[in-house]
Amino acid sequence: MVKKKLVLSFPPRLIQQPVTNDLIRKFDLEINILRARVVPRESGRIVMELKGSSKNVKAGLEYLDEQGVQVDPMVQEMRHYGEKCVQCTACTAVCPTDALTVEPVTREIIFEPSHCIMCESCIAACSYGAMESQF
Amino acid sequence: MRSLEEINDKIKSGKVVVVTAEEVVDMVKEQGVKKTARMVDVVTTGTFGPMCSSGIYFNIKQSTPKIKCGGGRVTVDGVAAYAGWAAADIMVGCSAMTDEDPRNAVYPGLFKFGGAHVIQKLVAGEKVRIQVRTYGTDCYPRKEYDAELGLSDMNDAVLFDPRNAYQLYNVAVNLGERTIYTYMGVLKPRLGNANFATCGALSPLLNDPRLRTLGIGTRIFLGGGEGYVVWPGTQHVPDPERDEKGLPLTPSATLAVIGDLKGMSDRYLRAASIAGYGSSLAVGLGIPLPVVDEEVIAYAAVTDEDITFPVVDYSEAYPLGRPGALGRVSMAQLMSGSIEVDGKKVPTGGMASRARGREVALELKQRIAQGSFLLTRPSAALPGAELAQGL
Repeated sequence: MVKKKLVLSFPPRLIQQPVTNDLIRKFDLEINILRARVVPRESGRIVMELKGSSKNVKAGLEYLDEQGVQVDPMVQEMRHYGEKCVQCTACTAVCPTDALTVEPVTREIIFEPSHCIMCESCIAACSYGAMESQF
Repeated sequence: MRSLEEINDKIKSGKVVVVTAEEVVDMVKEQGVKKTARMVDVVTTGTFGPMCSSGIYFNIKQSTPKIKCGGGRVTVDGVAAYAGWAAADIMVGCSAMTDEDPRNAVYPGLFKFGGAHVIQKLVAGEKVRIQVRTYGTDCYPRKEYDAELGLSDMNDAVLFDPRNAYQLYNVAVNLGERTIYTYMGVLKPRLGNANFATCGALSPLLNDPRLRTLGIGTRIFLGGGEGYVVWPGTQHVPDPERDEKGLPLTPSATLAVIGDLKGMSDRYLRAASIAGYGSSLAVGLGIPLPVVDEEVIAYAAVTDEDITFPVVDYSEAYPLGRPGALGRVSMAQLMSGSIEVDGKKVPTGGMASRARGREVALELKQRIAQGSFLLTRPSAALPGAELAQGL
């Protein structure tokens, strides 16, 4: 089994097509949509977690490529700016996936991007503008 | 045991023994109060967090022809300033906003730029735009003034905070059905999270809960520079209910503090844009406690397990002024990442920064050890307090 967190960018012509549905039905992939923003006539973006056998994942990604969907690994979609952060830890209480935690001894913030589902709860919780979304 | 003069002599000769309020906890555990009190001359404390009752005043050099700000309207980077004094004194409170800011009309408001941001810009070395519209007089004929000034262009610039360093504060939760935006941060519904605003065992007024060694005139670490306690803070409670260790059970003592803004830095004065609430200033503040008797050490040995806070509902009880708490939790529990309220595990988050508060205590410790920070004897005790005999 392979699990990947990906950012899919759709050109306007693909917005009416059920691409995600194809991934599930044609390639037997398990899809968990974390975020989506699709505006008619404009481009759309979906952040998804995609799970399946390595063969199916590979085929699914090839299909996306053929369709003209740009696929990027989800890295640095959410950023923690260390110089703005004052280590108050307000963000850790609203983070649902423990992507933001406190180091117990130093009491400093640890941001683990791989746990982040980009719910953006931390943005409102941070009074210092230390969390920014690139989505 | 030792007088304040003896401590200062030791500071001057470089022989002073200084430890932070965190370090003293382990020393007392290992060696007891008596021995620690014999060894240690000064205990430093520290805190860092949004303190909304903060602001600055400054005096601008006169222009030609002269202008009288008093009675006119003044803005600094668009933020409403107060100038209801003489010709050239201007005050900016950290929560003041620009006229254009929508506040909470677009809810929750973002409060991206307020008085606190003006203060942060100034201590970071940037210039701010000062605009004055006023009336002319025979001695001050000019009616308009518009200039960009930095701290070095000003005659004086002073941080003055009517209420800082709250001795104890509520832990805030939300029992309601919708997310609320408070000065205690974002509180998610149905006990979604619990926020606390204290540095616990490092916090200045929790290490000297009866205010025996500090009072009006005490020199402190303020915003990265030096300042003084000048008065009890507003809403100071002189006679709170206390536990058996002398710790207050409800928000109690507060301090009014003052200091030269020109000596401060943006590491310890930081603008906070609290969503849905407003602009505030995070202040780094540290107080040195002179060890004039064993009791000073006994109190400073307070641990995160000892200090407990009331858990208060901010969806109804707080805004409607209803008394009563949902229970008490200790600082140690708050720092563990979650507490239990009404049988539910609730994740905790801070408003104050323990890491930065620790930095304040360590910086103050270093300044004392290097001989660049001498202690002062308070001129008067704060209301409800009695100063230690040896001071």
